Amino acid sequence: MKFSIRSVLSQAMQGQTGWKPQWRNPEPRAEYDAIVVGGGGHGLACAYYLASRYGLHNIAVIEKSLVGSGNVGRNTTIVRSNYLLPGNIPFYETSLKLWEGLEQEINYNAMVSQRGVLNLFHSDGQRDVAIRRGNAMRLHGVHAELLSRDEVRARHPFLDYDNARFPIMGGLLQQRGGTVRHDAVAWGYARAADKLGVDILQNCELTGLRIEGGRVLGAETSRGYIAARKIGLSVAGNSSRVAAMAGMRLPVESHVLTAFVSEGIKPLLHSVITFGAGHFYISQSDKGGLVFGASVDGYNSYAQRGNLPCVEDTCEEAMALMPALGRLRMLRSWGGIMDMTMDGSPIIDRTPVEGLYLNGGWCIGGFKATPAAGLCLAHLMARDEPHEVARAYRLDRFATGRLLDETGGGTNMALH
Amino acid sequence: MRLTCPFCGNRSIAEFSYYGDATLTRPGSNAEQSAWVDYVYMRDNPAGPHSEFWYHEAACRQVLRVERDTRTHTILSVQTA
Amino acid sequence: MAEGGLIDRTRPVRFSFDGAQLIGYAGDTLAAALLANGVRLVGRSFKYHRPRGILSAGPEEPNALVELREGAAREPNTRATVAEIFDGLVCRSQNRFPSLGFDLMSVAGALGPIFAAGFYYKTFMWPAAFWERVYEPLIRRAAGLGRASGLPDPDCYDKQSAFADLLVIGAGPAGLSAALQAARAGDRVILAEQDLALGGRLLADRRTIGGKPASVWLADTEAELRAADNVRILTRTTITGVYDGGTYAGIERVADHLASAGGLPRQRLWRIVAPRAVLATGAIERPLVFGGNDTPGVMLAGAVRTYLNRFAVKPGTRAVVFCNNDDAATTITDLLAAGVEIAGLVDSRSELPEPVRELVASHRVKVFANATVLEASGGKSLKRVSLGGQAQGTTLACDLLAMSGGWNPAVHLGSQHGGKPVWSERIAAFVPGPMPPGMQAVGAAAGQFLLAEALGTQAAVGAETDAITPLWQVPGTRGKAFVDVQNDVTASDVSLAAREGFTAVEHLKRYTTLGMATDQGKTSNVTGLALLAALTNRTIAQTGTTIFRPPYTPVAIGALAGAHRGPHYRPTRRTPGHDWAARHGAQFIEAGEWLRATHFPRGGETLQDATNREVRSVRQACGFCDVSTLGKIDVQGPDAAAFLDFIYANTISTLAPGRARYGIMLREDGVVFDDGTVTRLRPAHFLLTTSTANAAPVLRHLDVCRQILKPGLDLCIEPVTDQWAQFALAGPQARRILAISVDPATDISDAGLPFMGAVAATIAGIPARLFRISFSGELAYEIAVPAAQGGALASVLLEAGAAPYGLEALNVLRLEKGHVAGAELNGQTTAADLGLGRLLKKRQDFVGRALSQRPALLDQERQTLVGLRPRAVGRGLQAGAHLIPAGRQATAENDYGHVTSAAFSATLGHAIGLALLRGGARHAGQVFRAVSPLQGSETEVEIVAPVFHHPGGHALHA
Repeated sequence: MKFSIRSVLSQAMQGQTGWKPQWRNPEPRAEYDAIVVGGGGHGLACAYYLASRYGLHNIAVIEKSLVGSGNVGRNTTIVRSNYLLPGNIPFYETSLKLWEGLEQEINYNAMVSQRGVLNLFHSDGQRDVAIRRGNAMRLHGVHAELLSRDEVRARHPFLDYDNARFPIMGGLLQQRGGTVRHDAVAWGYARAADKLGVDILQNCELTGLRIEGGRVLGAETSRGYIAARKIGLSVAGNSSRVAAMAGMRLPVESHVLTAFVSEGIKPLLHSVITFGAGHFYISQSDKGGLVFGASVDGYNSYAQRGNLPCVEDTCEEAMALMPALGRLRMLRSWGGIMDMTMDGSPIIDRTPVEGLYLNGGWCIGGFKATPAAGLCLAHLMARDEPHEVARAYRLDRFATGRLLDETGGGTNMALH
Repeated sequence: MRLTCPFCGNRSIAEFSYYGDATLTRPGSNAEQSAWVDYVYMRDNPAGPHSEFWYHEAACRQVLRVERDTRTHTILSVQTA
Repeated sequence: MAEGGLIDRTRPVRFSFDGAQLIGYAGDTLAAALLANGVRLVGRSFKYHRPRGILSAGPEEPNALVELREGAAREPNTRATVAEIFDGLVCRSQNRFPSLGFDLMSVAGALGPIFAAGFYYKTFMWPAAFWERVYEPLIRRAAGLGRASGLPDPDCYDKQSAFADLLVIGAGPAGLSAALQAARAGDRVILAEQDLALGGRLLADRRTIGGKPASVWLADTEAELRAADNVRILTRTTITGVYDGGTYAGIERVADHLASAGGLPRQRLWRIVAPRAVLATGAIERPLVFGGNDTPGVMLAGAVRTYLNRFAVKPGTRAVVFCNNDDAATTITDLLAAGVEIAGLVDSRSELPEPVRELVASHRVKVFANATVLEASGGKSLKRVSLGGQAQGTTLACDLLAMSGGWNPAVHLGSQHGGKPVWSERIAAFVPGPMPPGMQAVGAAAGQFLLAEALGTQAAVGAETDAITPLWQVPGTRGKAFVDVQNDVTASDVSLAAREGFTAVEHLKRYTTLGMATDQGKTSNVTGLALLAALTNRTIAQTGTTIFRPPYTPVAIGALAGAHRGPHYRPTRRTPGHDWAARHGAQFIEAGEWLRATHFPRGGETLQDATNREVRSVRQACGFCDVSTLGKIDVQGPDAAAFLDFIYANTISTLAPGRARYGIMLREDGVVFDDGTVTRLRPAHFLLTTSTANAAPVLRHLDVCRQILKPGLDLCIEPVTDQWAQFALAGPQARRILAISVDPATDISDAGLPFMGAVAATIAGIPARLFRISFSGELAYEIAVPAAQGGALASVLLEAGAAPYGLEALNVLRLEKGHVAGAELNGQTTAADLGLGRLLKKRQDFVGRALSQRPALLDQERQTLVGLRPRAVGRGLQAGAHLIPAGRQATAENDYGHVTSAAFSATLGHAIGLALLRGGARHAGQVFRAVSPLQGSETEVEIVAPVFHHPGGHALHA
């Protein structure tokens, strides 16, 4: 049933009895034209675009648990395209443009809310770096604004201007950046893909890959063997484990990133703000909770939970940015498994195994990339060559030296 | 999370810096560049026991070789590097 | 009530709620005091704005949330059931306009059917522009409950670490018994209790232990524990999280119950480390699901007993008890003892157990067995309940409904490491599954609801039973039957979620938001998943629970941040010359954690004027600058030279003693890491400098390389950054000025101390190290003295005629000389990019050698270092501007690089800059546009060599 005010009203009068499951739970078939491994945002978006734009309908998404139970259901919902490097800006801008039309395209309100992403800076050096980045954006046709301290203060009076250890000097604003309701993205793409005939197979874990003569033949799963000549891997923090099934090692360490939400309060913060004297970022969701976090704990982890020092550091940064937060309460914390690459940028590439494709290495920034990553993985799987805007996301860049290091952090995960 | 430093005793992880995979061997200077790419970039990244280096930055500045399960964070062993 | 309870009637407390002045007693919670004053309506629900009353007597409270205190101290969403009243307490209800009694938004309730779970995903999409401009602002205004003040938190917070052999979480009978046993056995025990007093349910229920009132046992136990010197008791302290390594986070409410904190921290974070823990967190009562179960006056039975027995408050005058278990029936005794009429006991079980039948018989209470409550009604205050089941058609007038669907052990902390709780059919509840290492559960937390089990002794406790027959949703109810009262999630929302395929418990939670309110589903999660199980033909065990995570109850962000606030967010590091500089009018700026002098303005000089003057004073005479912040590392040993050859990309071992050299070090991926000066003081004694920002990272790097990669080498590494004050002394007059104060025995002539030489000396009696190195291109030295003498040295230099200069002038001088600094060493550039490729050793191994030779790092089209000068007179240069060839459009395709550093050169009389440009020196002499579309500006520049002054370096050798 189409989602619209009409269906909402008519169902309201019928006691909501006419709604149906938002996607089917079919039995796996013996064979598909393509399999996408991973029922998160990227995997479901890929399946949707494979069906809607590349004409592949006989495809399956296999997900070891439930749709959207991984990082897409755990992130801090920020979308933006305010990157520095020419290899990144067009990709994220493509993603942002897809976000802008998403709700109408998949008929699901993902609450795409472009109320601005503001990156604060606190020193001349940081300001110069922000100017470099803002100019890079502008040269790519992506709007950015440089705000003075007074302009920041006019928009966000509650930040610490008078008592800060590292006073705010100004900020770089991308007004078109903002937030999106993450759960709706997973469910929306799942429903839309399902409508186009994609089989979403939940509780179906990839246990092995059948490879012969250097080409992939199919997937061994907890629900049986499924043949497919094209398999796309989109499993975020589990990328190394899945790549190992194909005998591959990746330039990836899986780390835990913890994020937090406060109790719901009336509107206080109307855009996303990032703190320059730390890694802290914060925004307010439509439900009223303040969603915030900082950086990874700093060690390999698959546990989906972090430790107390990181919680304390994050809250210290919170107070440094906005001392009003002290009276508000942290309500929930959660952790994800982040596939951190050695240069902080992702991989969307073929693998040495023919028919096997990899989308991973999204570090802590995969959510904003969801539509474009799905589109580019779909393009790669359908055409066997990289999408134009994902050309730089090669696996071999670590060997060639064509790295995409936005921050200059090198292999230091905490700096990405 | 806490580590028992052989020199300083049981301390919070906040005192340490992480240096990653301890199973790597630095290639000889005449090795193929692919060996170097492997050494600097490629990782096993296991879900399970992981041998890794931790540097006791806030105290004795010694590097420790730690075996830790990345699924549960259980410390299995701590030795000097 | 005039008697009874644990309150102190000799100490009345004045407080206000929504402007009404009320009186309570010391020991009252805000909720108890409100009920005592007859206040039953305390809030409006999140979505439907339905009138809400107090449901519970503890931190699990979903309804009674108030804005506590005023002004900057205002805390939204504060549980009235936990807040202790103090004289002058001011609080307001939330989420209502214009008032609690008359809330315009309650019209939302009438539109209820539209606002079913997930409705917003299905609409608000057209027209597209309306989402951000119309729908979302409305949704955001309607969302959230309380209001933040937006003002800086006026309180301070504290943190403390504590170590124990055993942490006992919860001081009810089970926890107290465990603590007692461990203390007697000699363990160091920490006992943490979230309430202000020890006792748990013993404070709420009238029990006997050993034939005496439980209060006697409680007093004796507490006395013994307080007297023991191996026991630390923390009250008002909630353990909120279990972390790895036996680390627990606890939040102590130190001053929340006081009118003002005075000098105390408002709250304290306890970091408790204990290899063993006892989970004695008790159990939380479950509501029942029926129409109107959110009406003010509908309360949990155990809470009713708490208000009666502990706070001497009658929550109503005529009560109905509705339950499916034996425990709730004891409420009848307590109600009657307080003089409350009982309209009836409604028990859903068909066969009432013997103890219950005896109870109702002895009190002559009307019993409705095999019956249920279908609907509670009355709007803002309960008036009647309509019964179903065997009592279909009966209506009972009442103003209090004490309901109980059973008890859920508080398993949360025990499940925070991922061990899922296990369903127990016997008690119809989850008990802890695999717990974090070292933890075990006791008492009600372990599903052992009987006092005798909790005490673990043979002491007589009177008759007790824990029989229960599960009842998840009352069949045939009318009206909205709530599961999660705070987020307004009804039983039909759960059905809707199941119908739409959200049949997994995590999906149920996210789709309906059940369990996501400030009470974290403490009174709704289990009921919700039980309903889901029934709808999807699974057992409760098969359906399972959602993941448990810290914090167990919400925690003030200020408490987790602690004292590192405002100016104390990070340490402030001052150089040895700081005070001297401040006395001489320096202005300072943050450079990492350091404060560095930027300039020494005279008269009304602007920053630019002062900088120009300071630059000229160096170029024309002599200036001195505090460079103490540079990292300094002492490396000694027979293998020190070999080690440094490995660390640095250029050769170090050929350095003669008493000589210094520029050193550049790479990361193992071939990118430049840091640069500095290496001085060989003696054959086996080196001193390295690093950039200010990289002092700690370089030390780490040296330690790690030494221990992991070169364990066989014999050397020691010690940081000495803070041990030495260091000043640069630069300018044509530098030697003359130095000669005034240096000891005559030290030969500082050009021959005696040549360029890049180093020698020990005494300056005005201060032992010093003298280095003849130059950052500015002038004749220059760096003088290092013990840190305590830094100010004294500055005075000596000033006396001798040198002029102080700061960071701004330092930057101009180094730019004029073309020295790269942090803006060029940005973690993306190679040595070759910076024109330093020729320094790299060709054959020997060093960190970064192999990967620096990767094809993309040797590409001719890389952006490499060039100099810039504006073509027009008087034009400035902006760092961060991008370079476009003249005559081409400012687009990404034509983007050749960016300006890394720029400043006005007083020496040359125009702006100068460094840039990274694709093709680098190949463009020498060409014209580019330095564009900054972000700032709406651009300047035409000429590409020149990256050195502007003394390109031959002759001044260095003067």
